[in-house]
Amino acid sequence: MGLLSKKDAALIKDPLADNNPITIQVLGICSALAITAQLKASIVMTISVIFVLGVGNVVISLIRNIIPSKIRIIVQLTVVAALVIIVDQVLKAFSYQLSKELGAFIGLIITNCIIMGRFEAFALGNGPWKSFLDGVGNALGYGIILIIVGFFRELLGSGTLLGFKVLGDPIAKTGLYAFGYENNGFMLLAPMALIVVGVLIWVQRSRNKALIEDH
Amino acid sequence: MEHIELFFKSIFIDNMVFATFLGMCSYLAVSKKVSTAVGLGAAVIFVLLVTVPLNWLLDQYILQPGALGRWLGEDYASFDLSFLSFIMFIATIATMVQLVEIVVEKFSPSLYNSLGIFLPLIAVNCAILGGSLFMQSREIPTLGLATVYGIGSGIGWFLAILAIAAIREKIRYSNVPPALRGLGITFITTGLMAIGFMSFGGMLTGGDDAGKKEEKTAVLEQENKPVEVATVTSIPTEEKKELLNTNKVNE
Repeated sequence: MGLLSKKDAALIKDPLADNNPITIQVLGICSALAITAQLKASIVMTISVIFVLGVGNVVISLIRNIIPSKIRIIVQLTVVAALVIIVDQVLKAFSYQLSKELGAFIGLIITNCIIMGRFEAFALGNGPWKSFLDGVGNALGYGIILIIVGFFRELLGSGTLLGFKVLGDPIAKTGLYAFGYENNGFMLLAPMALIVVGVLIWVQRSRNKALIEDH
Repeated sequence: MEHIELFFKSIFIDNMVFATFLGMCSYLAVSKKVSTAVGLGAAVIFVLLVTVPLNWLLDQYILQPGALGRWLGEDYASFDLSFLSFIMFIATIATMVQLVEIVVEKFSPSLYNSLGIFLPLIAVNCAILGGSLFMQSREIPTLGLATVYGIGSGIGWFLAILAIAAIREKIRYSNVPPALRGLGITFITTGLMAIGFMSFGGMLTGGDDAGKKEEKTAVLEQENKPVEVATVTSIPTEEKKELLNTNKVNE
């Protein structure tokens, strides 16, 4: 493994599938559903969360011994809020259009439960390097779901991927549209995000029976 | 009139859970029993009722570009503190949540015990911060409207969690495919309920709001063309009615 010991590698790998933050730990659902109508927004959100969670976990882990436990939530929120302000300002500076589209949802990274969840469950009890790996791993696990959902919603909803018309032009009737294929505008609307995630959970749990809940 | 319109709009049309997916984490985690769901829902209503107007004042008098100039004199008129809004909002919210926690612990220990870890987590309930952020981005003009918006969104969230908790209590007796049990079926049920709630879209303007609706959904879905929006309204009416009935029964 060279760079990473086996335990460290598991910190990154586990959240990608069997301990996925969204489908198993049920954290960070809100943003996963709200911004996935387009693949591009999903990718930007993923990158932002990787940054915030990776850095935030390290910061919390470094100061974990000096935070009084009674006010730890406020301390954690302040750390996240500061990091999110950085992300927000960077987005506004370099990609104003995208920052407008994501709107309030960048701000809502602050209350993304994945972040608080990992701070509480991991960074408060582990060293900085491990916390960093855990943060990146969980953010990646979150991102994977975001990107899968974004992929299907954009492909089926608008027939594009990252804005490119991969299925042909719906107005000029080229590509698939020549055979009478229609975009399913419903995929772009809020409820379908929930149903797509529901189906993803179904697929995952059918493949790995150990994850099935009693009720 | 304006107040009543905003009130119903924030409960039904812009419902926190079904239209903007805010507060999903606690919505999914605490909706196994109706009694806990009611407790959490009430806490959310209260916290939103207090934090939205408070944050409105902060936004108007401190954060907006030029806001300081209004009461500190011309020297401060060029200040723009809007980049601080996240941190100010979340600080207000965290403080209020701590307060609610103390009050609930004092007056209703049983509720305090049943809410357990989720009470402090109201601070990270996206619905609360979302309420303040949407209040800011929609530029709500007066303190009164901000209060109405806060309480309306809170009630909307309360209705949503109450409905799903009731459904989940009943669904326990149904034969759900094993892999869908628990989380999976809850997601799909919520999706169907959201479709039902979409039919409230026509409530205020008498159904002729294709333009308005587009504006709302288009914030994040810029590619969403009017043609596709039209499909929203063309869900088979029977299905819609059925979903509506399910919602009503469970509320």
